[in-house]
Amino acid sequence: MSASAIFVLDLKGKVLICRNYKGDVDMAEIDHFMPLLMQHEEEGLLSPVLSHGNVHFMWIKHSNLYLVATTNKNSNASLVYSFLYKIVEVFTEYFKELEEESIQDNFVVVYELLDELMDFGFPQTTESKILQEYITQEGAKLEVAKSKVPTTVTNAVSWRSEGIKYKKNEVFIDVIESINVLVNANGSVMSSDIVGSIKLKTMLSGMPELRLGLNDRVLFALTGRDKGKTVVMEDVKFHQCVRLSRFESDRTISFIPPDGESELMSYRINTHVKPLIWIESVIEKFSHSRVEIMVKAKGQFKKQSVANNVEVRVPVPSDADSPKFKTSTGSAKYVPEKNMVVWTIKSFPGGKEFLMRAHFGLPSVENDEAEGKPPITVKFEIPYFTVSGIQVRYMKIIEKSGYQALPWVRYITQSGGRVATLLIVFSNIRNSSLPIYINCHTL
Amino acid sequence: MQEWASHLCENRQFGSKMTDSKYFTTTKKGEIFELKAELNSDKKEKKKEAVKKVIASMTVGKDVSALFPDVVNCMQTDNLELKKLVYLYLMNYAKSQPDMAIMAVNTFVKDCEDPNPLIRALAVRTMGCIRVDKITEYLCEPLRKCLKDEDPYVRKTAAVCVAKLHDINAQLVEDQGFLDTLKDLISDSNPMVVANAVAALSEIAESHPNSNLLDLNPQTINKLLTALNECTEWGQIFILDCLANYTPRDDRESQSICERVTPRLSHANSAVVLSAVKVLMKFMEMLPKDLDYYGTLLKKLAPPLVTLLSAEPELQYVALRNINLIVQRRPEILKHEMKVFFVKYNDPIYVKLEKLDIMIRLASQANIAQVLAELKEYATEVDVDFVRKAVRAIGRCAIKVEQSAERCVSTLLDLIQTKVNYVVQEAIVVIKDIFRKYPNKYESVIATLCENLDSLDEPEARAAMIWIVGEYAERIDNADELLESFLEGFHDESTQVQLQLLTAIVKLFLKKPTETQELVQQVLSLATQDSDNPDLRDRGYIYWRLLSTDPVAAKEVVLAEKPLISEETDLIEPTLLEELICHIGTLASVYHKPPSAFVEGSRGVQHKRLPGSAGSGETVESPDTGSAAGVSDAPPAVIPSQGDLLGDLLNLDLTPPATTGPPPPATSGMQLGAMDLLGGGLDSLMGDESEPLGGDLGGSLGMGAGFGAPSAAPAASFSAPVSGGLDDLFDLGGGVGMPMGAYSPPKTVWLPATKGKGLEISGTFARRAGVIQMEMTLTNKAMSVMTDFAIQFNRNSFGLAPAGPLQVLTPLSPNQSIEVSLPLNTVGPVMKMDPLNNLQVAVKNNIDVFYFSCQYPISMLFVEDGKMERQVFLATWKDISNDNEAQFQIKDCHLSSDAASNKLQGSNIFTIAKRTVDGQDMLYQSTKLSNGIWVLAELRVQTGNPTFTVCLKCRAPEVSQCVFQSYEAVLKN
Repeated sequence: MSASAIFVLDLKGKVLICRNYKGDVDMAEIDHFMPLLMQHEEEGLLSPVLSHGNVHFMWIKHSNLYLVATTNKNSNASLVYSFLYKIVEVFTEYFKELEEESIQDNFVVVYELLDELMDFGFPQTTESKILQEYITQEGAKLEVAKSKVPTTVTNAVSWRSEGIKYKKNEVFIDVIESINVLVNANGSVMSSDIVGSIKLKTMLSGMPELRLGLNDRVLFALTGRDKGKTVVMEDVKFHQCVRLSRFESDRTISFIPPDGESELMSYRINTHVKPLIWIESVIEKFSHSRVEIMVKAKGQFKKQSVANNVEVRVPVPSDADSPKFKTSTGSAKYVPEKNMVVWTIKSFPGGKEFLMRAHFGLPSVENDEAEGKPPITVKFEIPYFTVSGIQVRYMKIIEKSGYQALPWVRYITQSGGRVATLLIVFSNIRNSSLPIYINCHTL
Repeated sequence: MQEWASHLCENRQFGSKMTDSKYFTTTKKGEIFELKAELNSDKKEKKKEAVKKVIASMTVGKDVSALFPDVVNCMQTDNLELKKLVYLYLMNYAKSQPDMAIMAVNTFVKDCEDPNPLIRALAVRTMGCIRVDKITEYLCEPLRKCLKDEDPYVRKTAAVCVAKLHDINAQLVEDQGFLDTLKDLISDSNPMVVANAVAALSEIAESHPNSNLLDLNPQTINKLLTALNECTEWGQIFILDCLANYTPRDDRESQSICERVTPRLSHANSAVVLSAVKVLMKFMEMLPKDLDYYGTLLKKLAPPLVTLLSAEPELQYVALRNINLIVQRRPEILKHEMKVFFVKYNDPIYVKLEKLDIMIRLASQANIAQVLAELKEYATEVDVDFVRKAVRAIGRCAIKVEQSAERCVSTLLDLIQTKVNYVVQEAIVVIKDIFRKYPNKYESVIATLCENLDSLDEPEARAAMIWIVGEYAERIDNADELLESFLEGFHDESTQVQLQLLTAIVKLFLKKPTETQELVQQVLSLATQDSDNPDLRDRGYIYWRLLSTDPVAAKEVVLAEKPLISEETDLIEPTLLEELICHIGTLASVYHKPPSAFVEGSRGVQHKRLPGSAGSGETVESPDTGSAAGVSDAPPAVIPSQGDLLGDLLNLDLTPPATTGPPPPATSGMQLGAMDLLGGGLDSLMGDESEPLGGDLGGSLGMGAGFGAPSAAPAASFSAPVSGGLDDLFDLGGGVGMPMGAYSPPKTVWLPATKGKGLEISGTFARRAGVIQMEMTLTNKAMSVMTDFAIQFNRNSFGLAPAGPLQVLTPLSPNQSIEVSLPLNTVGPVMKMDPLNNLQVAVKNNIDVFYFSCQYPISMLFVEDGKMERQVFLATWKDISNDNEAQFQIKDCHLSSDAASNKLQGSNIFTIAKRTVDGQDMLYQSTKLSNGIWVLAELRVQTGNPTFTVCLKCRAPEVSQCVFQSYEAVLKN
């Protein structure tokens, strides 16, 4: 059905640790993996599935490791990749960094985890919070804890333990949206989408029932309510704690949250967004002598808002040298290993326009290898602001002991990779047994 | 390995870390002895440390199996961590020390009764991983208890253990009734137990396809659907995959299951989403199209599929390969989502290529402008493979969307102006296709193409250019010069180019006979006299004869109007597509091949099919499917490949020019044409065209394609019915069994002494214990001693070849005879012979080499596992078209039906069922040839009537005659 064995290899293809789950594929087959991978890479036919004879390798790469699953059956490939990424997640939560060294330093726990994560090729318990209750790193301290199975493992609520206690009951809700805009050479927007996620940091006692209210247009239409701005979510994905059938029937997001940090949901919105920071560039290449770059960045969002940590990344030829920069604000830096200039602006108010000029020398003997034309990318984050206009209308918290809980919400819009810094709190203390309406003054 | 260990040593010396890595320090030489002492220490702590060192050594690949008894001695401990380590050791080494593994049994049994459920589960989990036959039976009792354990953690582990045990000893598991217990667990109160039980049952059912284990009925389905809401993400996948095997009774049931499955589309785990998509795609087949719900469901499928493209790249890849199938089956789902398939700069190449493929599939008049703008952009990137594919894609758009053709052509011309070599070559290849789709429209660009003639160095581009020159010779003033320039290096060209050049020059000659006579003679002589390539030679002769006997006919044939090429050239063959839809999310869907093509031992497994549409009994409406509509009705799709060659030759041969499935690539097409001309009719051997042989016979349509290349051009496009069938037909499936009394004809003289310079060979064939034997008597009738015997076979229909050398150890003296038995296998080279069972043999001795031919009874090739399951038989019988049925009569056979059945069984013709109607016995029989061909038979025996009637059905009807002969021979002897 899925994997016959799981291997963790170093960059040279040496097996660091492995676990044979089914015994139907010779463990020595893994020796073919690296040569195959290299051969495919050379031919430009790299693929996440490689096969040798009737053995198939499904692999992913994480830092300096390859995680490889072997099989000789018609396995569920999507399950295998999901599982491999799950292993990465669990190991990372256990060892902070998943890399060659952490595997070696913790081989006993790694074996234990591999034993618990999968049985005969079937993934089992993969919630690291729960695993940590009975598989711990320091052998000495856990004799007591380890002596019994947490009931959670087989509970319907397999992601939250019973008997959690906090003095102060709080939930932090982060709404993070990242936008991807594809602009072609003549400046027209080819495609744009918003991918948002709602993250929770839950510090609640007991087994609380939570209900999250969003300004979801479908929900508003269902309940006949028609006030304020609503958002159409093209697609929604939920953490396994959310009752999917309930959402399907009446759009209610109800769940028992996992303890600590988790991503409750993600959504995709298909609206046309104009780029929040508009870039114009002129790149002039004088062969054999120099490259001159002019980049103009314009904040196309409200004047009251400020984009933080703006990074404009401008690609330069790989053989460029002797950089010179001039910026109207912020600072520019040449990053030769990535062949780019990074222009950083700590704080970028809406409606403002800034300029950066760069000058590079080019060698007289030119590199005749064709180079790609990577796009200019912009990274930034805008607090208190969501592009989509999505709002958390309420978060109901119901626990049988009837305690008071505090929900906190913050909104961030980003572009490019995820940045997790901001610490802006937006909200007040509310009574949890009543619906909480949070007014968003973001736009 | 050493490196790591020593690296770890260093760590320790510097005292920088106090981690597990310290255990790697003891893997020096001679340390095994020391470890042994430590393992036997009285101190618990020291023991534990020692076991960790052993595991560390094991991890770095050292053989520490010598410590087996010492480690097993540590097994009885109350320290859970130590126990786990010992168990781990056991799993690794028990197989190499089966006798000592017994030592562990007691502890397992004891641990399975431990008050701590963690230990009970650990014991039952590990037990199943110890794949030592001897100890399995000791494990039954503990397993039985654990299956009924009060703790769900233990039960869920025990459920999986049943599958493990079944893998080791299926019979034992069945005898012990574990399968029933497992089925009961489907009703367990705990969702995780249910999920594991389902997973275990599915796994067992997969290896025993006809066991009827997963007897799904509405009640169990309901239980599964309930558990679906409560179990972990993985459990949901097990359940969904299991549901996908169920066929609802009617559209109402189908709809209600769909309704309960759709919420899963919102799950964060991509694998859950894909498995849900699989269930929905399958069950949707049963919903009437006019149902509102049908439309709702279609709409619900698009967003989650699009979201899959934001997953990790590997999952994106799996999703894209599946989307490729989904858009072929139900194009309406994603027709508005073109933009999401636009390539991103940092997509891995495998994602880029897949997206490109889907973009073309979704291209329509509505979105073509955007698509073309994108493709043009891609064609200027740096990745060569990607650029090539982008250029091809532009050509495919032109063919698919007529309104865009002009824009595509001008885009291609722009690209040719870039003078980037590989771009130019790809562009020329696709422009040739555009000419074939829209004749007399864009020929004005020929001049531009001709300018680039010199830069073409790839065979495909050269062949395309030559085709263009030949086809439009009358418009190109210097066509003769151009073609002549190619002729200079004729022998260095690839076959593809040579064939194309030959045809092009013949066309030129027919168009401008006066000035090109010399040229045509030159090419004909190059092709027929100086070439070793049979295809080329044959084609040369045909043209030659045509031209010399009837130039008018030649003109009609060679310059005949070509059929237009079809729009969709690489659609997956509908039955294969249906099967792949049933395998969404799995490797099969990634490879676009049926599981039987890459999973060993799945040959006999029945292929998954989509359920038929319900309600008014209407057929599937999408135009590209037509499972019910009948493949043969589909309009012929002609290949936009190597020009008109195939068409030309097939026209000559008076066979229909096109196949209905996806077209074979140019090269195989040519071979096919050539073979046809030889009169062998090989293609008919491989199944008739409307019913590709791959359908059921292992269905290894994809086998022909290079396996390791799940490349973007779907491998399946290579598996045109013909080439796929070829592989199937000649694949080997030699089974080993215990046949009794297989019929063997008496020896006949194969090589008379007069022809063998005194050596006489007589012989026959027999099948013993699953091995085909060639039994010969060699007689020396000459005056001198014969030595150095050797034997060789010519290629033959079933790939028979000697499995070893001819064993004639002592010299053969005059007047001496010797009996030799030569075992044969069926892995030799294959060529169709006439008659089918003809075998050409060469025998060598110290005197000379002698050739003779003989015929083997085809019953030698009937394998021992040729007994088909009843249901499979029924389905297959219905599935094979009546055209493939042959009826024979056997006269003067005085046997009862039972005696006949017994006799036939001796020769591996198995009776599956018997029915008596009006005093006439009907025996239904199956037999399987060593290359995997199934022959189904109905034998009618009327009591008191010595004439039997045999009805044979086979997907390769050519074998019927031979099979009948075997029937007759077996029954009469």
